[in-house]
Amino acid sequence: MDLIQPLIVQGAQMFLALALAPALIGFVRKVKAQLLRRRGPPILQPYRDLIRLLRKDVVLADNASWLFRAAPYMVFAGTWVAAALVPTFASGLMFSWSADLVAIIALLGSARFFLALAGLDVGTSFGGIGSSREVMIASLAEPALIVIVFTMALLAGSTQLSTIASFMASNDVGIRISLGMALIALLIVALAENARIPVDNPATHLELTMVHEAMVLEYSGRHLALMEFAAWLQLLLYLSLIGCMFAPWGLTTASTNPGGYLVGLAAYILKLIAGGMVLGLFEVVIAKMRVFRVPEFVGVALMLALLATLLRYVSSSQ
Amino acid sequence: MRHDLFFDVAHLLAGGLVLMSFLMLYQDRLYALINVFAGHAIVLTLSVAWQAYVQDAPHLYVTAFIALGFKAIIIPIALHRIVERLGIHREIETVLNIGLTMLGGIGLVALSVVVMLRVAPGGDPLAREDLAFALSVVLLGLLMMVSRRNAVSQVIGFMSLENGLILAATGAKGMPLVVEISVAFSVLIAFIVIGIFLFRIRERFDTVDIQALDSFRGEIE
Repeated sequence: MDLIQPLIVQGAQMFLALALAPALIGFVRKVKAQLLRRRGPPILQPYRDLIRLLRKDVVLADNASWLFRAAPYMVFAGTWVAAALVPTFASGLMFSWSADLVAIIALLGSARFFLALAGLDVGTSFGGIGSSREVMIASLAEPALIVIVFTMALLAGSTQLSTIASFMASNDVGIRISLGMALIALLIVALAENARIPVDNPATHLELTMVHEAMVLEYSGRHLALMEFAAWLQLLLYLSLIGCMFAPWGLTTASTNPGGYLVGLAAYILKLIAGGMVLGLFEVVIAKMRVFRVPEFVGVALMLALLATLLRYVSSSQ
Repeated sequence: MRHDLFFDVAHLLAGGLVLMSFLMLYQDRLYALINVFAGHAIVLTLSVAWQAYVQDAPHLYVTAFIALGFKAIIIPIALHRIVERLGIHREIETVLNIGLTMLGGIGLVALSVVVMLRVAPGGDPLAREDLAFALSVVLLGLLMMVSRRNAVSQVIGFMSLENGLILAATGAKGMPLVVEISVAFSVLIAFIVIGIFLFRIRERFDTVDIQALDSFRGEIE
């Protein structure tokens, strides 16, 4: 009994991430459509897309290697494990000792590595340009993310998400400029990593602007389903990460009664809805940037994160 | 606890001023730059008003009011008009790479933090950090002035530098009101003089790009 119950809760968290990711992307699309006074597809449309893609046959290019076929599984597995490690409705779960921010960044980084390789594998020009742009953005976004983690770790004394969440929920945080800067930097990194609008447009197939779509252009059938699903999971991961680090309210700890889990779940879903609405609104009011402007935009995140670390040392005197 | 809240909010506002300075370095269009400068002045106003409340010093409210009136409203509107009349509102300036400028700015912030922590180890933390932030704002204003070629953005760099000076003055207790008012007026007069100069430069050289002056002096062939 000591073992079963935590395992069930941990498993529930893993499958909750899986179950909610398509709904989240459907919700964001719905919000954007409504803001543009369109009716938009139903929120459940991404689930139907997944089922449709899974039923279809895979069309492979003649010169595709084993890597091209293996990459979707690697990308999906890496992203899912990372998404399952982030505390969604409860922290301090069974595997929370492994829910380390550095580990999560490494998992996402290896998923991106396989994605970029898969884009290069078939040898079409779109895949190549998509991979090169993705790596260019990542080479700035990842250091920024690591410096953000560094700042949070300096403040909370640990890189474990459960510890950070409980530190942020406690009263001795205060209003700190470092935290504000880290939050803005994390938002920029999240936009860049998830290929959202100022960096990449998730809704077009216009070859001059796309980054993520260009890499998965050659995929079809179940491979495409996994690639898309991994991208949606990554969006959910970033929203959960922001929620659990900067808005840890309603997050329950492990050993409470089932009622506590329900409250945590309701708070989590509210956070996702709020995050989805803010994202939709932001994407509607802002224009896509030129690709050459993106390094400056993501560079701002890196700069803010560095500044947050610096200012943390100013306030260390108290 | 109450002191902590005072401290945190003062810290937040002063840090926000540094952040606005960085935002100014990031802009490459003049109208956006002027708007961010107005935001800079508003953050300064909030910061000064908070200091007035914390230190229970009514004359600082006057300083805050001057900052709001002159720097957040009058000067930005006047700059908008100048840019419109000069017809340079579409110009994009690229002097140094923005990324490199930002990195330089971070270096300057680090420098001022290190200097302040070394120089005044035993001082009142509130004043000391205010000074560290103020020094960074001043240095970032200087960076803005050296990294831009357009005369209007150099003026804005100068004004933001002066905002840093006001921040430093309010952090240190006992700055007389006379000094602050005279500083504010001297900046206003400097602004008027520079504004007149801008039009003179344009009349003479048909541009407000400072590089034209260099080539006129024969420094660039």
